[in-house]
Order: sequence, then C-alpha cells, then structure tokens
Amino acid sequence: MLYFIEQLLNGVQLGMLLFLLAAGLTLIFGIMDLVNLAHGSLYMLGAYFAATFAAATGSFVLGAVLALAATFVSGVALEVIAIRPLYGRSHLDHVLGTFGLLLFFNELVRLVWGPAGMTLSLQSEMLTAVQIIPGVYYPAYRLVIIAATLAVAALLYILVMRTRLGMLIRAGASNREMAGALGVNIKLLYTLVFGLGAALAGFAGLMQAPILTVQIGMGENILILAFVVIIIGGIGSIRGAFVAAIIVGLIDTIGRAFLPDLLRAVLNTNAALTLAPALSSMSIYMLMAGILVFRPEGLFPAANR
Amino acid sequence: MNGWLTPRNAVTAGLLAALALLPLYTALTGNAFVMTLFTRVLILAMAAVSLNLIMGYGGMVSFGHAAYLGLGGYAVGILAKEGVGSGFIQWPMAIAVSALFALVVGALSLRTRGVYFIMITLAFAQMVYYVAIGLDRYGGDDGLTIYKRSQFGGLVDLNNKMLFYYLCFALLLASIYLVSRMVNSRFGLAIQGARSNERRMRAIGLPVFRYKLVCFVIAGALCGLAGALLANHTNFISPAMMFWTRSGDLMVMVVLGGLATPFGPLIGTVTYLLLEEALSRVTEYPGLFLGPALLLVAIFLHGGIAGMFERRAP
Amino acid sequence: MIRPLIAGTAALALVASPAMAQQKTVKIGFISTFSGPAAAIGNDMRNSFELGLDHLGRKIGGLPVEVVYEDDEIKPEVGVQKTQKLIESDKVDFIVGYIWSNVILASLKPLVDSKTMTVVTNAGASQLAGELCSPYVFSTSWQNDQTPAAVGLYMNQKGVKTAFLMGPNYAAGKDMLAGVQTTFKGQIVGQELTRWPDQLDFSAELSKARAAKPDAIFVFYPGGAGVQFVTQYAQSGLKGQIPLYTAFTIDDLSLPRLKDLAVGVPGAQEWVNDLPNDANKKFVADFKAKYKTTPSFYGAQTYDAVALIDSAVTAVKGDLSNKEGMRKEMEKADFKSVRGNFRFGNNHIPIQNFYLQDADKTADGGYALHTVSLIVKDDQDKFHDKCPMK
Repeated sequence: MLYFIEQLLNGVQLGMLLFLLAAGLTLIFGIMDLVNLAHGSLYMLGAYFAATFAAATGSFVLGAVLALAATFVSGVALEVIAIRPLYGRSHLDHVLGTFGLLLFFNELVRLVWGPAGMTLSLQSEMLTAVQIIPGVYYPAYRLVIIAATLAVAALLYILVMRTRLGMLIRAGASNREMAGALGVNIKLLYTLVFGLGAALAGFAGLMQAPILTVQIGMGENILILAFVVIIIGGIGSIRGAFVAAIIVGLIDTIGRAFLPDLLRAVLNTNAALTLAPALSSMSIYMLMAGILVFRPEGLFPAANR
Repeated sequence: MNGWLTPRNAVTAGLLAALALLPLYTALTGNAFVMTLFTRVLILAMAAVSLNLIMGYGGMVSFGHAAYLGLGGYAVGILAKEGVGSGFIQWPMAIAVSALFALVVGALSLRTRGVYFIMITLAFAQMVYYVAIGLDRYGGDDGLTIYKRSQFGGLVDLNNKMLFYYLCFALLLASIYLVSRMVNSRFGLAIQGARSNERRMRAIGLPVFRYKLVCFVIAGALCGLAGALLANHTNFISPAMMFWTRSGDLMVMVVLGGLATPFGPLIGTVTYLLLEEALSRVTEYPGLFLGPALLLVAIFLHGGIAGMFERRAP
Repeated sequence: MIRPLIAGTAALALVASPAMAQQKTVKIGFISTFSGPAAAIGNDMRNSFELGLDHLGRKIGGLPVEVVYEDDEIKPEVGVQKTQKLIESDKVDFIVGYIWSNVILASLKPLVDSKTMTVVTNAGASQLAGELCSPYVFSTSWQNDQTPAAVGLYMNQKGVKTAFLMGPNYAAGKDMLAGVQTTFKGQIVGQELTRWPDQLDFSAELSKARAAKPDAIFVFYPGGAGVQFVTQYAQSGLKGQIPLYTAFTIDDLSLPRLKDLAVGVPGAQEWVNDLPNDANKKFVADFKAKYKTTPSFYGAQTYDAVALIDSAVTAVKGDLSNKEGMRKEMEKADFKSVRGNFRFGNNHIPIQNFYLQDADKTADGGYALHTVSLIVKDDQDKFHDKCPMK
C-alpha cells in the first residue's frame, strides 16, 4: 500500500511536468490554431538556460528565474521572426515550418553548448528523501516540483479567469474572428500568448533538469505526450490539460510499475520484462484513440469547432 | 497546362533521366555509395507518393504513415527469421498486413476531422512502434538483421545492387502511374472534391467515407510494399523506422515537393535527402541550414517546390 | 526554378566524389557516439585513439594513417548506415570502435560480408562471442557477461543473500543482468529493465527496489544514465540503507560529476587507471598531460586497438589485402596492452583478469578510482564454445 502511494506521487509528478508543457501548447493551439512542433525546443532551452545561469550564479533559484526570463524572451523573438508568417496557413505548413525549427534548435544548442549535455545540481538538502507519511519516502525536490506546478496552475487560473488579459485569451480561444472584430490587438495578444507558452515550457524544462536530463533532443519524446494530453483534455482548455496530464502521468507510471508483475504471471520473465514498458506506453495512445472515437472534442472542449 | 514543355515537366524529365542513368555512372566511377543512397531515395519516394495520395489529393493528413514502412519491413523480417525466405510470400504478406492495418485505422479515424485526425493516426502509429519494441524475439528496440534478401527463385537476384535499384525505380514509376490514374478517375475526383468540400460531395450522393477508406487502404498497402523494399535494402529493420519523427520526415518530403502533383513526392524526397546528405558533408551543423530552409519553404513556397513552377491561384 | 536544379546538381556532385585510390595509406574508420550525453565516451575513445597514433608517430606498420570518424547517435539503424558508408564510400581498411552492443549487432553483416578487419573496442554482445563470431572481428574489450559475473563473485564474497537487479532494455542490459546471475549464489528478489536510451527517471523502479527489501542492488547503466541513476539512488535515500554494486556505471568520465556519491559504490573492471604495468603508466601519464583529465576504460580499450592493428600491418609488411596474415598475427595478441598482457580466446575475445574498483577522495580534493583487489584471473567468457572458429 505504501509502495502504491509512492508510485501515485511519481505519477502525479510526471503529470505536473506534462501539464506545464500541455498548458502552453493548448493555449497556442486553441488561440492561434498553430501546431507547434518546436514547443519541445523551448522546453529544452529552458533547461539549458537554467543549467548555464545556475552554474554562473551558483544559485539554483536565481538561475531558474533568469532562465524563465530568457525563455520568455526567446519565445517572443521566435514568434515575431518565424511564427507570425505561419498564422492562418494550413496545419501542414505549420508542421513543415515548426519541424524545421525543431531541427534548427537542436543544432543551435549543439553549436552553443556542445554535444554532451549539461547537469544542473541542487543543494544536498534537496537531494534527501523526506518521510511524508510513516514508511513512505519521497525525494524533497520532487515534492517541490508538485508544489511549484500547482502554484503555477493556480496563477494560470487567476490569469485566465480573473484578469482582462485572461478574458481576451478566452475570447480568442472560443471565437478568434469575433475577438479580432471587436478591436482587440490580436498581434500583441498572440505574441504574449506565445511568450507565455514558451515560459511554461521553459519552466517545465528547468524544473525537471536536476533529476532528469539536459540534453539535445530532449523535447521530442515528451512533446508527443503533451500533444496526447491536449487532445484528451480538449484543445484550448487549460482545465482539460490539467486533468488529462494527471491521468496520463498516472497511467504511464502505474503501468510501468505494476504491469511487469502482472505480465510475469502470464508470460516468462524475459518476454514480460520487455513487453511491459511497451504496453504501458501503448496504453496512453489507446486511451487517446478511445476518447477520440467516442468524444472527439476531448474531455473539456473549449470552443465550438 | 499548355503544351508539354513547361519548366516543371522539363525538370521532372531531367530528373528521371538522371535517375535512370545513375547506375551507369556508378559502374564508371566505382562509387557504389551513390547507388546505395539513391536506392534509398527511390524507396522513400515511393512511400511519399503513397502519402501524397491521401494527404495531397485526399486532404487526409496522416501523421502515422511511417508505420506502414515498419509493418512491411517487419513482415519481411519476421518471415525471414522464421525461415520463410521467399519473396513470393513475404511481399504479398507485407502488402496484406499494411492494408489490413490501414483498414482498421481508417475505419476508426476517418470519422474525425482536422487535428483530431492527425493525432489519432499518430496514436495508432505509436502503438505499432511500441508493439515492435516489445517484440523481444524479433530484436525489440535493437532491431532485426535480415541476413538474406527476399528470394524470387531465380527470377531476379536482389543481391545484385544494380538490379535492385532498377526494380525500385520501376516500382516507383508504377506507383506514380497508379496514383495518377486513380486521382483522375471518377473515384479520384470525388476524393479531391471531398478535400475541399465534403458536405457537397455527400449531398451529390457519393459514398465519401467508403471512397476515403479505399484510398487510405491503397495508400497503406503501397507504403507497406515500400517497407518491404526498405528492409531488403538495409538488411535491417528496427522500430525506430516507425517513430513519429519519421512520419514527419515523410510529410516534409511530400509538402516540399508539392502536394497533389504526380512527381512532387519524388522531387521532394530527392531534394530533402540530397540536401541532408550534402549538408552533413559540408558542415558539422547541417540542421542550422536545413531547418530554416524548411521554414522558408513553408512560408514562401505555397505548394512546395513543384508549385514554384506554375503560378497557381491561391 | 533553376535554383533547385543547381542545388540538386551541387548536392549530387558533393555526394558523388569518388573515393581516393589507396596510395599505401592505412585508412581506418572509427564509429562511436559523438552526440548526446554519451558523446563524452566517444570523445574519450577518440582522444585515446589519437594518443595511440601519436605514440606510434602517426604511422601504422610504417605507413601513414588516415582516420574517418563517424557518429552512430546511439542508434542501431544509424550505426549500420555509417558502417556501410565507411565500407562503401570511404573504402576503409579497418573499422574500430562500437560502444553499444545493439549497434555492433546491427552493423555486423556489412562488416563480415565485406571482410573488413574490425576491432570492437567496447561492445560485448554475447552473440559476437558465440555463434556470430567472425575471423574478421576482434575485441579489445570483453564479453558483456564477464564483468557482471565478476561482480556476482564479489557479492558472494560479501555475503549478499538477496539482490535486486536493474538495467536498460537493450542487448547489453539483458546480458549484464544475465551475467551477474551466472555467478551470484543468492536469490534474485526482483529484476527491472528500463526503456533505453530515453528513460532517465528511475523513481518508479527505485521505489520497487525499496519495497523488495534486498540485501543489495546491482545495476548496469552506462554513460550519462549512470550519473542519473547514482544521483537518484542517493536522492531517494537508499544510499546508506541498501548497498549498490555496479558494472560500467561509475567510471573516470562520470566520477567528476558524481563526486562523493560514487564513494562506496564498488564495481568490476578489467582495467583500472592505476594498474602497474609500463604501457599503462605511459598511457595514463601522457593522456593526463595532453587532455588534462584521466582516461576511462573506454579509452584504454581503444588505445589498445592501435597497437593491435599496428602489429597486424607490420606482420604483413603493409600488404593490407593479406587479411589471412593480419588475422593470424592479431590472434597472437602480440602487443603491450595497458591492462597487462592477455591472450585471445578462439572467438577473438580477450581472456583477462577482472579487478574490483572503488572511488575515493584524492589528496588535492578531487576524486579518483583505484584498484581494491583482484576478483578473478584469466577469466574466459562462457560463449566461446558456441563459436565455430577453432
């Protein structure tokens, strides 16, 4: 039972990271109707900036703040230079263009930071596990990730639901033309939304850096999961992204944890060992396909599409 | 189209002639690597042609097309490993398995639209990818070496590289012909009509869903055959060939060359793969140039490279 | 319109540059990983190879040398493509390298079909030592089972009764877990294979290990994954609770990043940087002087490849077409290896000693690996019977 709680926390923590990525992606997709394959690159940039600034300043927190700012600026610059011409074009053009950006960023990072990847270390207190309930040990830093993401989610909620900017965002998500016709400065709105999405992606990247990885191409695997999350949650809906991210995180982790043992009861060890991770990865896609067949708009659709 | 000698046709004819004469160049200079590279180009062009059928003409943007390359390849690989080396069994199997998978995926996905269709095709392809990884007996993530190419009992020896090259070339031309016949038939016109206005097509009384499904299955089967060729070419098949970024590569090749044009996929594949290869020899950072090039094509070249040759009304 | 035509022709011209005629140069193709976190390994191997060539005055068997480096990106399908390119386009005389077992297995067919003399300087796939052995392929490393088997022996010595095993889900990972079970006498209370190479979060598996309450944990995680694992092992609080024994997880490359976390986590290896023979002393000293860091076992194995190839080319007096002659000479292993002299088995895999290594702090505040003891002498892999060569 206690072991199950540990795995539950692992699943939630993965879900939190997915939410950060998916939130930005769903906003950009929902409001600008843009398929952005380069979103994973902004995630990667966040991690690299954080590793660099943390090493330069000696402080993780300071490094993180600077990295967040740098990723936001990069996102805005990217939007103005490369993304703007793609608005209104077919999704295929988006795929082609942002795929090119993905290749470009992988290479740029290799040029600037070298091929080997970086590490981002924490103070040793963060490294130790805390006993949150008797018998359940969990690394302190992973709790920080959960807490920080919940805080970001709360801030996002306030931004989207309670501010003027948020109202504009919601208007743009449900009916773009109408919002434009009502005189909203769409160009600026788009730039801000893209920058916000970039900052969220960068935040995810820098938060996972100390425990996972800072390396080239790190966005490619998680990007596809993020797309799955926004489809399940409903495009344009942050609430949907939150729920779907937790579900996906839990399925992936619980699957990885318990499927091998379940399978071992049926198959021999070697086959079970290799089949289990494959099955748990598949299960997420099966869930998405299933949802699309019965509820094609996702769980919490934001707009009339 | 006014007359045969348009710039686009001239370039296409030139390209075809160059491809036809390539093995002679190889024989003269002794550089076998060029033929190896271009055999791969021809096979992937065939896959691109099949994708163009559904994506370019039919408007069905499938983000999981690389799965068929994998299915066809694994059909050959698995049969070879289990002792069935005859191409007469392997290749039809490759086509059949791909067609069947396309039937299932199409039946479930074609009811969705837009980005949802894109994602559900992606989902199915990723499922196949993960199944392949889980197949411990057939190498799993490490892939499967295919020690003997498909045998055709004395009819043709696939180990002869020049022969294999011309076989791929012939099959590529056959697929281009097949696709262009299809899209110019009444069936094909219905599909193209459905791309721009599906409701109208249905109002006329055409069974749009059924037509789309047939199209989808044919495209899958064709790509499965390309997969069988690819497995023979590299003597190796691995799940990585089905990862979503490879489907992305295929989409890029099709769009680059020009959607809904008969030779566009070939032009796109040649350009993309040659550019990749040439850039990697010239610079240590090919992506720095290839990436922005793709972006510029997306922004400025409406309709890809083939579209450059003719002014099309927006 | 003209532009794609010109671009295409230029690209074609670049690609189709005919290979140079062989003007009595020894051409060596080198396949390793030069991108991603494992690039550190590839660079270490390249540096060691270059140092080896320097020590021979940039001549192999008296002939000038040309080396072509290629990156396999840790992917079997890329590795086999690059192998084919080296064979067909660059027309190399030797191929050296291969870190990963799955990459060498995928690349084996083109190598053997083209009869290219190959020296594998790391990958130790069991098939290579057994049924897929080839007269053209030699190893200066080991077979994958040998090192973990040595760890298993050590775990017995330490009185470990139950163990939990973890490794990555590819050819070498499976070999490693199988290898430790060939010698370990205790009970295996759990085994986990994790997705390779992209799974770097081991939290779920570490939780499982904790729940199984073993006497010890054994892992194999090469390169950057090793750093991630050992770090997360410490973060989860398991360090100090359940001891960790490793194969290829802590080495001279990952030690500077792990620092204190590596101390007290022993592993087995066939080479340690302080082995007391002359060739090794020269290798380590010159490497430190030229590159300012300590070489790893990957580098040591690659350095040996230079001497091995040199012995072969010298024996045939530069006649690179005499593959039989080169093979016979290489089988004698007649060169000074940095691990101390060894012989080859019938399958061209070394028969060699294995040592226990551990990390500790050095006088100047850094960390270094050192030899603790000899675990087993003249160990031969268990697959040589399956190899049809005599």
